[in-house]
Amino acid sequence: MQQLISFTTDYTRYILKGGTKFYAWMGVLSAFILAMLYVFYLQNTDGLIVTGMTSQISDGLYLANLVFLVGVAAGAVTIVFPAYVYHHEGMHKVAVLGEMLAISAVIMVMVFVFAHMGRPDRLWHMIPPWGIYSFSSMLGWDVMVLNGYLILNFICGFYYLWCKYTGNPINRKWFIPLVYVAIAWALSIHTVTAFLMANNPARPMWFHSMMPIRFIATAFAAGPALIILIFLVIRKNTRFWVDDSAIKLLTTIVQFCLGIAIFLTLSEVVVELYARTEHANGLYYLMFGLHGLTGLVPWFWSSVVLMICAFVMFFMPSFRNDFNKLQIPCVMAFAGIWIEKGMGLIVPGYIPSPIGEVTEYHPSFVEWLMVLGIWAFGFFILTILLKGAIGIMLGDIKYGSQAVAAK
Amino acid sequence: MALNEKPAADPDRERSSECAAQPASADPSAPGLTTSRRDFLKGGGMLSVSALMGSAALMTMSDDAKASTEWAEHFQKNYRLMTDEEKAEARTRLERRYSSEYGKKVSVDTTGPQPGVLMGYALNVRKCIGCRRCVHACVEENNQSRGTRPGEKIEWIQVLRMERGEFSKDKMNHGYPEGLGIQVGGNAYTPAGQVLEGQYHYNPEAVPEKDATYMPIACMQCEKPPCVKVCPVRTTYREADGPVVIDYNWCIGCKMCMNACPYWARRFNLTTPVLPKQEMNPVTHYLGNRPRMRGVVEKCHWCLQRTRHDRYPACVEVCPVGARKFGNLLDPESEVSLILARKNVFRLKAELNTFPKFFYFYD
Repeated sequence: MQQLISFTTDYTRYILKGGTKFYAWMGVLSAFILAMLYVFYLQNTDGLIVTGMTSQISDGLYLANLVFLVGVAAGAVTIVFPAYVYHHEGMHKVAVLGEMLAISAVIMVMVFVFAHMGRPDRLWHMIPPWGIYSFSSMLGWDVMVLNGYLILNFICGFYYLWCKYTGNPINRKWFIPLVYVAIAWALSIHTVTAFLMANNPARPMWFHSMMPIRFIATAFAAGPALIILIFLVIRKNTRFWVDDSAIKLLTTIVQFCLGIAIFLTLSEVVVELYARTEHANGLYYLMFGLHGLTGLVPWFWSSVVLMICAFVMFFMPSFRNDFNKLQIPCVMAFAGIWIEKGMGLIVPGYIPSPIGEVTEYHPSFVEWLMVLGIWAFGFFILTILLKGAIGIMLGDIKYGSQAVAAK
Repeated sequence: MALNEKPAADPDRERSSECAAQPASADPSAPGLTTSRRDFLKGGGMLSVSALMGSAALMTMSDDAKASTEWAEHFQKNYRLMTDEEKAEARTRLERRYSSEYGKKVSVDTTGPQPGVLMGYALNVRKCIGCRRCVHACVEENNQSRGTRPGEKIEWIQVLRMERGEFSKDKMNHGYPEGLGIQVGGNAYTPAGQVLEGQYHYNPEAVPEKDATYMPIACMQCEKPPCVKVCPVRTTYREADGPVVIDYNWCIGCKMCMNACPYWARRFNLTTPVLPKQEMNPVTHYLGNRPRMRGVVEKCHWCLQRTRHDRYPACVEVCPVGARKFGNLLDPESEVSLILARKNVFRLKAELNTFPKFFYFYD
């Protein structure tokens, strides 16, 4: 108990101390979070009418970001897997950072769920014993696996940090099996999210079994791409050193998964457009526009260009091995997949509607502000978690000694 | 005061049948109301419970019926899990609230499915002239939102207008690739025959138009409804007599059912529905046309407030050409059963195995 209290106080004290850069960063994020709270208030007084969503396009940016972030959360497994299954030295050192990223990504997903719901005040209807849990609903399963993943990562991550903090050895008897469960669970969260979309025959664009594997491929490209960026930031701004070998392995993972994602996208394009049935209308709208409406065409092609360019750049040693230039293809891959998952997958699923109506979707300012705010919230949590974790890993916070301020 | 209020509410409702503000579609002498009232009065315990709840509501909140009922509504159970007492409770609560909100006596029917009834619908596509009277009658009957902001106007029925395709002499040899002397596809790249996609925002001077056919659609009340399967809180379900309904008080607004519906039959209340007081239909059903709230999904329910009392849905009643038929599928002599037996019948999107109880036919 004594240890737990000192862990909490040391952790909090360490997080609160920081330089101007740190406070500026957190201040900017807080501003966005405040803006998000304001638009959330608007949504809950005026209704979702303040967004660009309609009865035709009932899911927009919120669900798009949700789907993308589930991928980012699952992507954390690309660190944990090599670390624990292949005992990769560099990865093992940073595995806990991947778990911290997973925690913040899942929290962001949950906030997006809140933003997306028409009646967030009734969320308890899903939770037994007060509410009803429906085993037939994919959304129910999604909520279950996401919460499970959050809990698993929380336990694994903080138990590891706790042991580092107190200096006790890790109890491998239950810790290692739990890590393996978390690895399999990471796949399950994105698979269930893919099923959430793909199990709707009413939406021909989503109704194919390639969806889960495409989701996993993009997740394992976008997630590690973000992790590489975070690692590069950590290397620059803290005394914590992320090994080159870890970043190099992640680069390889991003590249291969990006390649698979591009291949799967092209396969889908060929299958849908060769026969060009009525069911290809969604994809056709996305690629070339339909009935003169072309809202998503620039999004799609920019995503394709970003993904292919990033893929090619990863091949070039000048980018792959130069950690000053590595950010460029990583940002491109991340942005490309964000567009592909959002504007390129969720929105065209609704266009045309099941009765053939082509309506365009324009996210409103409120929606953009909400999305930015939730991302800011995610980064806020991520910064706190990473800072604390790094402090413990560096030995700055230790049981029995006063906490030291981070550089 | 509060203790006396509940029993007194019943004669009040009786008086409401003479209310002049009722639209023509409302049924003043609905027999079901009497039955359920008798149910409601059954047992003194129930009365005291309701009186207790009423006084509790009065104590916790002001006289504002809306505020006190909304508070209670937040904690009520899924409609199907409510006991009869709780149902009666919810009903009285809502009647009080709507009556004060809309300035007229509003009844909330809770009549359940009748034994031996499975509702079915048939529509003669040859007869429909695209006048869209069914759409407007439905909006009036079922208290849909009538706002002017985009997203505020809700219609459950769509009458799709389909252009007849054109075959023309000058196009007969068009196709890809051109100019090679090798023709591969005739007119394959221009519309030939009927155009598949419809539009419903048409506004002609006179119907039917010469070059158009019409295809009215609404909720198909599927036997295997995809919307029910995806609902994470089981708020939407198929009633024993056929229609798929929504417990508006239990819906969390996740919109998964809207993704799943292949007929685009569900609408989302993006904001608080705009329902002018004088246009509100006071004869309502709990699972049907009672006023909806912000952030929930709504849909066609075959006018439960009417059909549970042996009346036709508003759209059937209003159709000037008699294209719409409604009846009991379990009765071999009903109009719908006879149509199914004798006419050329088809269902929409049969390949999706949703098994609609809404049938299209032609002579």
